[in-house]
Parts: sequence; structure tokens; C-alpha cells
Amino acid sequence: MNNSQILDEDEVLFKPIYYSGKGFYILGAALLAVLLFGVAMYLRQLVYGLGETGMNQPVTWGFYIISFVFFIGISHAGTLISAILRLSKAEWRRPITRMAEVITGIVLVIGGIHPIIDLGRPDRIMHIFERGRLQSPLLWDLTSITAYFTASTIYLYLPLIPDIALLRDRGGRFHKLYKILAWGYAGTEKQKHVLEKAISILMVMVIPIAISVHTVISWIFSMTLQPGWHSTIFGPYFVVGAIFSGIAALMIVMIVFRKAYHFEDYLKEIHFNYLGTLLLVMSLLWFYFTFAEYLTTFYGHEPVEMRVFLYKFVGGYAPYFWLMVVCNFIIPLIFLTNKKMKTISGLLIASIAVTIGMWLERLIVVVPSLANPRLPFPTGIYIPTLTEISLFAAAAAAFVLGFMAFSKLFPLISIWEIKEGREESVRLVSERLNQYLPSKGHIKKIV
Amino acid sequence: MALYGMVIDLNKCNHCESCITACKVENNLQIVSKESAEMGRVMQWMRLATASYEGNYPDVRPVTMPALCLQCDDPPCTKVCPVRATYRRDEDGIVAQIYPQCIGCRYCMGNCPYNVKVFNWYKEAQPIEYEKCYNIDVAVRVKGVVEKCTFCIHRLQKAKENAAAEHRKVTEEDYIPACAQVCPAHAISVGDLDDPNSNVSRLKSDYRKFTLQEELGTQPKVFYLSAKSK
Repeated sequence: MNNSQILDEDEVLFKPIYYSGKGFYILGAALLAVLLFGVAMYLRQLVYGLGETGMNQPVTWGFYIISFVFFIGISHAGTLISAILRLSKAEWRRPITRMAEVITGIVLVIGGIHPIIDLGRPDRIMHIFERGRLQSPLLWDLTSITAYFTASTIYLYLPLIPDIALLRDRGGRFHKLYKILAWGYAGTEKQKHVLEKAISILMVMVIPIAISVHTVISWIFSMTLQPGWHSTIFGPYFVVGAIFSGIAALMIVMIVFRKAYHFEDYLKEIHFNYLGTLLLVMSLLWFYFTFAEYLTTFYGHEPVEMRVFLYKFVGGYAPYFWLMVVCNFIIPLIFLTNKKMKTISGLLIASIAVTIGMWLERLIVVVPSLANPRLPFPTGIYIPTLTEISLFAAAAAAFVLGFMAFSKLFPLISIWEIKEGREESVRLVSERLNQYLPSKGHIKKIV
Repeated sequence: MALYGMVIDLNKCNHCESCITACKVENNLQIVSKESAEMGRVMQWMRLATASYEGNYPDVRPVTMPALCLQCDDPPCTKVCPVRATYRRDEDGIVAQIYPQCIGCRYCMGNCPYNVKVFNWYKEAQPIEYEKCYNIDVAVRVKGVVEKCTFCIHRLQKAKENAAAEHRKVTEEDYIPACAQVCPAHAISVGDLDDPNSNVSRLKSDYRKFTLQEELGTQPKVFYLSAKSK
């Protein structure tokens, strides 16, 4: 197999960068319209005040904080999964890591904007830097999200360099941009060595940062006195939920782009099969945490906690709560344990269910606790307005648009890693296997 | 060092709501529209909270009590503020708000176990008569900031300055918040809790004394007196 043939084989990965179908432009325009509508609604909110939302006293946090937690949660898909797979030398990671990292990058920006949207005085945002109190969990959050964003964009960029070099060598569109971004990468032994070393340092660093991000987000809630929030389990509970929703989002993205860009040859059933198993594990873990959290509350039976508990289980939020249980536990369980249903479309259904379910989980964490404060006068009700809904839609549109834009600039599947896999994986894996297995002489003796 | 506190005698209170009105006028509180009020966005630093209902149908009566910022000695709200827009003053124990510093994240509202903080959701047009009689000692808040009862801190400031000019200490007559001043039943008293001879210290030792959610350890400095427990 010579070089030109290999290039030809991976041509399908380059194709989306150079050719866009009609559907791409239509979808792009539609999403842009949604995004612009959201921006317009935000400007309206900026002019008139936060009264444009459905928030009130005592439900002082609503859709914006829910979206914030949800999108930051999805960001765990990426870097964390890709880092863990790389670290564990899982060979099947090769076509997945790039998409996972892109999700993180885009979603962190979207999620990170949400607290600013939620501010009553966004013009005073600099106060956080000028006179921030490090004792406030909001500051921890700012710190860890910034750290995570920095680490994960670098972690996205580094494995991208060889691919940018490939694009640069091809010439054509954005040639100058690629030339700058490729940093003169030519694939020499030394460059390769440095790159791999940098990636392996980063992938170890990124894991604790990623875990800290969602732990700290949960601490925003659990550091308060609110019933239903003040819980020690929240840190790990949120991290599990984040990885859970992250895997689901990753699968949706993979399935959609596999179909749209004809990546069938790269993203095979086996990838989805493995990720599906991972999703099932996270679903069970999520259920375990949820069960532990609510059982403790129920047996403690404190009146203030029970008001929130009953509000979720049988009260106003019961439909959302039970829908969440169905989406996060029952549907994944049905689709992922049954071999016949664990097809790609089955996985798509399960992933969409999990994404909806995890959004509902954030809703169920944020609103019922605020609506049932310790001193029950007044209790609250929360109905989101068009502003909040359109901003959520805009955030979702921005996510898809971001992905579409990325796919027009860079390959969505790491080409050099695929090539490397083709050239070296078999040798590396068999070498590794030989290390695991007992030596041949030993086997001979037993036989 | 003084430690200002309040005692509200619920057995004297006749629910006339004049403290609420006085507070609203004294502190230039925004008057919100009917729609906003229905959404639960009433701007009151002092409000009449319905604690429970008594009697059997059809003779049901709400049991109400004046509720305001309890000026906790260990306030949960100040701990979470990212910009120190709310803090406990060391010189008099009052939990104060700095409106030009607040970024409007509403974290303190979420962490207040007593729900006494209010937010400027809108900047609504005020009746011209109201605007004309704004209290010049209190800043009119912009939209998007959190506010709450400050124990009429501007009155304390004035009393301190006057007392300093006259080379004497602040007496109980010098500093009276608006709600206590107008209460026709003399149910509200404010004073120095550190001074054992003050009116509030005397009232505080009454057997009827209780505070809200004492078990949280926030150490409220607003005490209620009631023959029936809450």
C-alpha cells in the first residue's frame, strides 16, 4: 500500500471541508435565524431588565442556570472521554476523540456565557476580577471553567496540528490560515515525539480539571442552605451526570455526522457498541446516585427537605421527575441491554432520551428547591417566558452551528491518528498483548 | 462597638401594615405594576408574611407577622457573594448592601433561608408624586441589583454624626428605623443588643422570645415575642 492510496482512502474525511451540499446551507441559515432571534431577545432583556424572564422571588434562578449546568455537563463528553480513552490506550478511540474534543470546546463557550446572561448587571462583570471574593463558590466556578476551557482547547488543538499540516500541504482554501496554525509541522521524528509528549502530559492534566469543573458547579448549589441542595453527594453526582449526558451528546453527534458526511467506514458498529456499554454503565451509576440521594432524604424526613422531596415525587414537578427517570434509566436500560435493540438507531433514541433526561435533571435540581424555601412564605412558581425558551433554542443552535463551522475548516475525524492506527496499531497491540500473556515457553510447559 | 437588633412583639402587632408603608417610602422602594406583583416580584423590605392559618372553615384567619431581613450575625448571604456587595459591618453588626457593586447574580437570594431579599427585575415608571418625595438619604436603585432591609442604616449614620458633633454617644432616641418609628402599637423596638440596659436587651430576655429558624445557626438579630409559639 503506497502513500497515495492511503490518501485516497481517507479522502472521504477531507471531503466535507471542501464540498458543502444544499442541505448544509439550508440548515445553516435556519440555525442562524434561531441564533439571531435569541440574540435579539437577549438584547431586549438587556434593555428592559431581567423581568423579561419568568424568574421571581423566591425562584431566583431559572432556565439560564439550568442551561449553564446542562451545557457544562455535556462538555465532559469530550475531553474527559477522549483523555481516558487515550490514557487507557483504547485503539478504537481513534475516530472518536476529535469529535469529543470539539464538543467540549463549543459547549464550554456556550455554557460559560449563560451565567453572564443571567446577571442583572452584565455591565459590571469586571467586578468579579477587580474585587472578587475567592470565598464565593461562583469564583471557584469561574476559575475552574477558565482552566478547563484553556486546557481543553489546547488539547483539541494539539492533535489537530498534523491534520492542519495535511490541509496546508493540499493547498487551496484558507491556505494561509492553515500555514499559521500548522506551526511548520512537517511530521519529522522529533516533531512527532514532542507532539506526542505534549498530548500525553495534557491528557493527564485535563482529567482532574474536568472533574473539578462539575464538582465546583455542584458546589454552587450544595454550599447553600437550601433544602434539596445542601448535600455532600452533589459533587460526584453531578460529575456522573455530566459524563452521562456527555456520552449521550457524543453519540448523537457521531451518528448524525456519520450519516451526513458518510463516515460509515470510520465509525463502525463496534464504536457505537462500546460507547453504548459506557452509556449503560453511566446510566446505572446515575440511578445509583439518584437513589442514594433521595432515599437518604426520605429516611431523614426533615420537614423542609420533605417539602422539596414531595414536590418532586408527587407534587408540581412529578411529571418532570418521572419523565427524567424514564429518560435516564428506563429507556437506556431497555435499549442498551437488549442485543436486538442495541442498533445504531436504538442508540440514537437512547442518547436523545438521556440528553432530555439530563436536562430535566438540572431543572429538577434548580427549580423545586428554590420554589420550596425553608420559610414557606412565599412559595414560588416558575414559568419560563419566550425570552428564556428562545435563548435556550439559540444556545442549541449555536452548538450545531459551531460544529458545522468546525467541520468546514478542519477534519472531524483525526486523519493522522487513523493513518497511524493503520500503520502501527497492529504491531503495537500485538507487542502489548505479548507482554500481557504468559511467555510461550510457559504455555508449552502447561500444554 | 454596638450590635443593633430588633424585637417585634407579635402580641402587640395589629397587622396595620404601617411599618411596610413607612419602609417603602423611607427607602425609595420601587412600586411595581400589578402584573409584576402577581408574578411574585413585589418589592418590600418589610412584608407581612402569612405564617399559618387558624380556625376552621369558613372562619379561617391567616396568622401573619412582619418579616424583614433578620440581620443575621452569621449571615449566609454574605458568604456566597462573589463581589462583596453584601457584607456584615463590624462596627454595628448590620448586614449592608452596596448597590453599585452588586452584579445581580442573585446567589445571595438563593442562600437566604428567610427569603427577605428582593431584586429589581424591571425599572418601572414610578408615580410622579412618589418620585417627588424620594428620600434623598437613600440611593434609588438601578435595575438588576439585589436589595434588602438595611435597618435604615442612613438614619444610624446621621445619628452617629450628630452624636459625634455633640461629643456624646448615640442614644436610643437618636436612632429609630422608619418601621419602629411609625408603629402605632409600639410593637417594634430597635437598639443595642450589647448594652444590657437597652430596651431591646430587656425585651429579648422575655420568656416569649423566639427567632426564625434558630437551628440554622445564622444567629438572627431580629427577635419576635409571642405568647403562642410561631
